Amino acid sequence: MIKHFLTLEWKAFLRSAAFGTNLALKIVLGFLAVLYSFIFLMAGIGVFYGLKESNLDPLVTVNKFLIYYFLFDLGFKFLLQKIPVMNIRPLLVLPIKKNTIVNFSLGKTALSFFNLIHFLFFLPFTIILIKEGYDVSSVLFWLAAMVSLVYINNFLNIVLSNKDNLFTIFLIVVVILGGCQYYRVFEITSYTSPFFDALYTTNWLFLIPVLILTGLYYYTFDYFKKGLYLDDGLSTKHDVAKTENLVWLNQFGTLGTFLKNDIKLIKRNKRSRTTVFMSLLFLFYGLIFFRENAHQPQLMQIFAGIFVSGGFLFTFGQFVPSWDSAYYQLMMTQNISYKEYLSSKWWLVVIATVISTILASFYLYYGWQVYLTIVVGAIYNIGVNSHLVLLGGAYTKTPIDLTTSKGAFGDKKAFNVNTMLLTLPKLLLPLLLYWAGSSIMNPDLGLVFVTIAGILGFAFRNKVFSLIEKIYKTEKYKTIDAYKQKS
Amino acid sequence: MIQVNNLSKKYNGISVLNIENLEIPKGQSFGLVGNNGAGKTTFFSLLLDLIQPTTGHIFNNEVQVNTSENWKPFTSSFFDESFLIGYLTPEEYFYFIGDLRGQNKADIDALLATHEEFFNGEILKNKKYLRDLSKGNQKKVGIIATLIGNPEVIILDEPFANLDPTTVSRLKKIIKELSENPNVTVLVSSHDLQHTVEVCSRIVVLNKGEIVKDIQTSKETLQELEVFFAV
Repeated sequence: MIKHFLTLEWKAFLRSAAFGTNLALKIVLGFLAVLYSFIFLMAGIGVFYGLKESNLDPLVTVNKFLIYYFLFDLGFKFLLQKIPVMNIRPLLVLPIKKNTIVNFSLGKTALSFFNLIHFLFFLPFTIILIKEGYDVSSVLFWLAAMVSLVYINNFLNIVLSNKDNLFTIFLIVVVILGGCQYYRVFEITSYTSPFFDALYTTNWLFLIPVLILTGLYYYTFDYFKKGLYLDDGLSTKHDVAKTENLVWLNQFGTLGTFLKNDIKLIKRNKRSRTTVFMSLLFLFYGLIFFRENAHQPQLMQIFAGIFVSGGFLFTFGQFVPSWDSAYYQLMMTQNISYKEYLSSKWWLVVIATVISTILASFYLYYGWQVYLTIVVGAIYNIGVNSHLVLLGGAYTKTPIDLTTSKGAFGDKKAFNVNTMLLTLPKLLLPLLLYWAGSSIMNPDLGLVFVTIAGILGFAFRNKVFSLIEKIYKTEKYKTIDAYKQKS
Repeated sequence: MIQVNNLSKKYNGISVLNIENLEIPKGQSFGLVGNNGAGKTTFFSLLLDLIQPTTGHIFNNEVQVNTSENWKPFTSSFFDESFLIGYLTPEEYFYFIGDLRGQNKADIDALLATHEEFFNGEILKNKKYLRDLSKGNQKKVGIIATLIGNPEVIILDEPFANLDPTTVSRLKKIIKELSENPNVTVLVSSHDLQHTVEVCSRIVVLNKGEIVKDIQTSKETLQELEVFFAV
């Protein structure tokens, strides 16, 4: 039976629409995976001797920070690890035991990269501990506890994936804890490190995480199995609909029609809502770079400037035609020209960029120079990046499933690594311009260069638009075809 | 109204549609019948420029559909739920289409009022998004939306499928009324011979992508078709 499931998974992976078009992206992701594996492995090998050299007890120091290690792990899992949903519905009526379906679905998560990578840290660390004369059985018990904790996080992610706003709450808690630790108000590590130490010193204590894990597995198993009904975990949640006319947008003509639609799109679909929420977080990105004692190179300022106002552009604009993927055929047969369609999306991005720039005025606290950098970033976003985003959209052929309210097991992770990767090229050019200006004269000239690029982009808007329109037209048939395939 | 020349569509060298010549005059109600895979949806997709022809071209009111977009203002169509915007309520969807077709809210409300019977109280003011409606009700919305803005060409792919018997007969009434208007050309595809014969003045049978019959509807048409499709 497992063999059947595995072939199904393999086929689903190979035959998905995204695979062909995003092969390059997959390669980059693969590279990132290798990079991070390497980092974890090196940390696992190096941390012992590194700490020893600083005259710290390696195990005690590691134990001290483990709480943050696992909190970050959980955070990353919330954010990035997708719950592997086998296409469960068609399997329900086949002669397969429910337990098998659930066990396989859960077992698959255990083999996720997000879990395996921890072994690269803990295994070498354990081996070195043993080699350096720590008590073998104690170290092994400690390792068992660590592995259990990794998997506790894994199952927590599954059970809690259904809860809204969880990541936000989680983030706030971690930031508060971290802040308190940093300013020595309250150190959570002084409460947790004795526990982690005890996992080593008290031989039976490792049983606690192991037992919790076992319990959690059975709970998750039960939760999954109970939900295996079309009107339960696999059901679609029906929202109470309210007709909104948004009459004030009528004055903008066709543009208003599209804006109305896009506002509803953002409001009524979880996936787009999450995306817009993420874009708000970009506003605070500058705090890392603009702090007075920030140990960041000057060059990174423009990077931050672009990010601060570009949140919406990067997270929402990135997927422009894909948001409409579910009804793309309608859009293509309705009384709309491509130009109107594209320019409405362009305006949406521009409006959002302007709003972000206004919201970002709290950066004035750090001085005019900082806010000026943000405004320049916004000009560049409007003049150049908004076009780049639309251009990239012509080649984005991954359909977006807006109806993410699929019940408990639906894939609801709206934020993914791909979003981040696609933003990189849009940041390199202004960085280069800024660098050129800075090295010729000073950062102000750099800002002028970036502004000129933005204004030029804006000036040639019509030219660029007809070019983009042409590309959309040639890609039209491929796009329609790709959107017809649902993930 | 619609002129098809040397139209063919091949996928990986296998021909799925091959129409040498077909002309649909203005005002005709045109029925396309055939088994699964006969090429009905392919033909309609080509007509709407959703896929590219391998050879040949289609003129819709003298506009070549794969080079110009000027056929869009007077052509409306409904295939399936991919023509609906799931996160809108039915009303919002109608107004959205209305906006695109230059109709104001009052025009749409007037049109919807005349089709209240067709909706059977299950569509309007029901506090449901389109994505949460049943397949049949989604279809009702899509079909009525094609009537917005007095289009001259209306293309319906399998409109009778998924509808309950009452709605089917109401839909037939709507299509018949449309075909009485000399300015409206209706194109309907279906598996159901009887429904198609009832509403269409001309029936074309597709088989493996080729036109095998082209009949002006008469009393004998249904029998003729049944004989053709019998094994």
